[in-house]
Amino acid sequence: MLGSTLAEKIVANAAGQTRVAPGDIVTCGVDLAMMHDSGGPRRVKPMLERLGVGVWDPAKIVLVSDHYVPAVDGESAAILDLTRKWAADNAIANFHDMQGICHVVLPERGHLKPGMFCVGGDSHSPTGGAFGAYMFGIGATEMAGVLATGEIWLRTPRTHRIELGGRLGAGLCAKDVMLHLCRKIGMSTIRYDAVEYAGAAIAGLGMEERMVLSNMSAELGAQTGLIAPDATTASFLRNANPSAAAPDIARWQSDADATYAATWHVDCDALAPQIAAPHSPENSDAAELHRGTKIDQCYIGACTGAKLSDLHMAANILKGRKVASGTRLLVAPASQRMTAAAAADGTLAVLLEAGAILLPTGCGACAGYGAGVLAQGEVCLSSTARNFKGRMGHRESKVYLGSPYAVAAAAVAGHIVDPRDMLQ
Amino acid sequence: MSGKAFVFGDNIDTDMLAPGLYMKFGIEDIARHCLEAVDPTFATTVRAGDFVVGGDNFGMGSSREQAPQALRHLGVAAVIARSFAGLFFRNAVNLGLAPLVCADIDKIAAGDMLAVDAARGTIENRTTGKALRCEALPAHLLAMLNDGGLIPHLEKKLKAAKQ
Repeated sequence: MLGSTLAEKIVANAAGQTRVAPGDIVTCGVDLAMMHDSGGPRRVKPMLERLGVGVWDPAKIVLVSDHYVPAVDGESAAILDLTRKWAADNAIANFHDMQGICHVVLPERGHLKPGMFCVGGDSHSPTGGAFGAYMFGIGATEMAGVLATGEIWLRTPRTHRIELGGRLGAGLCAKDVMLHLCRKIGMSTIRYDAVEYAGAAIAGLGMEERMVLSNMSAELGAQTGLIAPDATTASFLRNANPSAAAPDIARWQSDADATYAATWHVDCDALAPQIAAPHSPENSDAAELHRGTKIDQCYIGACTGAKLSDLHMAANILKGRKVASGTRLLVAPASQRMTAAAAADGTLAVLLEAGAILLPTGCGACAGYGAGVLAQGEVCLSSTARNFKGRMGHRESKVYLGSPYAVAAAAVAGHIVDPRDMLQ
Repeated sequence: MSGKAFVFGDNIDTDMLAPGLYMKFGIEDIARHCLEAVDPTFATTVRAGDFVVGGDNFGMGSSREQAPQALRHLGVAAVIARSFAGLFFRNAVNLGLAPLVCADIDKIAAGDMLAVDAARGTIENRTTGKALRCEALPAHLLAMLNDGGLIPHLEKKLKAAKQ
């Protein structure tokens, strides 16, 4: 009998079976359900009331307010008020109010560990895969179903293996890998299969960088984006939750003889900094090809591109430099703890001295919800994951995507450059 | 189900279907702006029973179920596409909107009159007279669609369990 992939092992465990094969339709028990203020209580509350049931297990629910924070008008204030009241009424102990973006807060607060089967009410939920958890996004109605029953159906996916060979050079990061993959594989090839990242380059990546790979698996069209746990994972989990039992690293690995739908190779040594042109992440190519494109707004934000390591990348470029006149640099860190850490280690001072505008932590302008949306005809270079038409504001605005290095370098130049020109 | 086809290309995303700027409002407001980035007249011209036809990867992007909900609110009877983003596919079924995978969407032009039988997996193009096939949905999803979506489906199951 052939072996199983990591994805198949977690699905089989959640379904209470010894093994599953791709295509099997199974019902899985959910270990953790994560919701935010936009797709969470305001949507699921009336559905649960209609069903006349409460939540199946408050201890397995994590609620994060991140989309409409801080409230800026009557609608957003009402959404947050409803969120807070629902958390209290349903005894949700794990409610992280205005503490950061859900995908970042979840591991930061020690909620994830390898082998877990998790759902999140947000499409970037595959981020949890960086910790060896099978995590995927669902809509609010399906979330209401999970909250009512603790279960969800799944068609067991095939697994695509993505081998990252070599090593990322100076001025490159996981974001460049993912923009490159969006072009190389395309966004409609994976078709809701699972992805597993492996290869020599993974070992050299910290957890925040691994989270970018898993996070943007959503852009590849994958259901989840797993990375098998190793010593780096264990060390992160120990810091996040010192009282938790050590993860079973040996158990949550793909077997050597597992079957993959396909294996894709990326040579990290040969990769150049990437930029994705409007209006799709798959319109990516070397940053050099876009040199000179004028940028009105540079945005460092979101679950994809505003973690502490992303802020460090920006600071490397911005140290001792100034944001060009005629452009603006907005920075919305991914969590409160990361904002505090960046303040403590001097990173925030570097950003502010360069002229960056610091925004509250939250999803912000990434999806056009929060501060920093674009006007008609404006051009933005963003460290976020998506540049669909109209996503960050006016439908006739344009969004380019790049790494935090690329965004910071464009802020200094006033236009797109190869960020390696400005590394310090 | 029979109605008129509104035809779109590949990669219709959730920001087009439910623009972020209007997400804090109710479904009436979101639906008014549905697909305006690619067809500003869609929301005012689509009628109950009509069909939306897409290419590859229809509904890519966000988990926001206001994307299929806006289409349903406007009366769209089913979405027919060469392929769907997985999240949109699940959301559509959960909200009672049939997502039908059809390899022959190039045989449907804007304005064609279609008759669709989701359970049998057939599409009749009444304008051209051609019969097209779509992939059959698994039984558990057809049952959910027949009940009007996941919540009425669960409601029925919970009631049955009590008796």
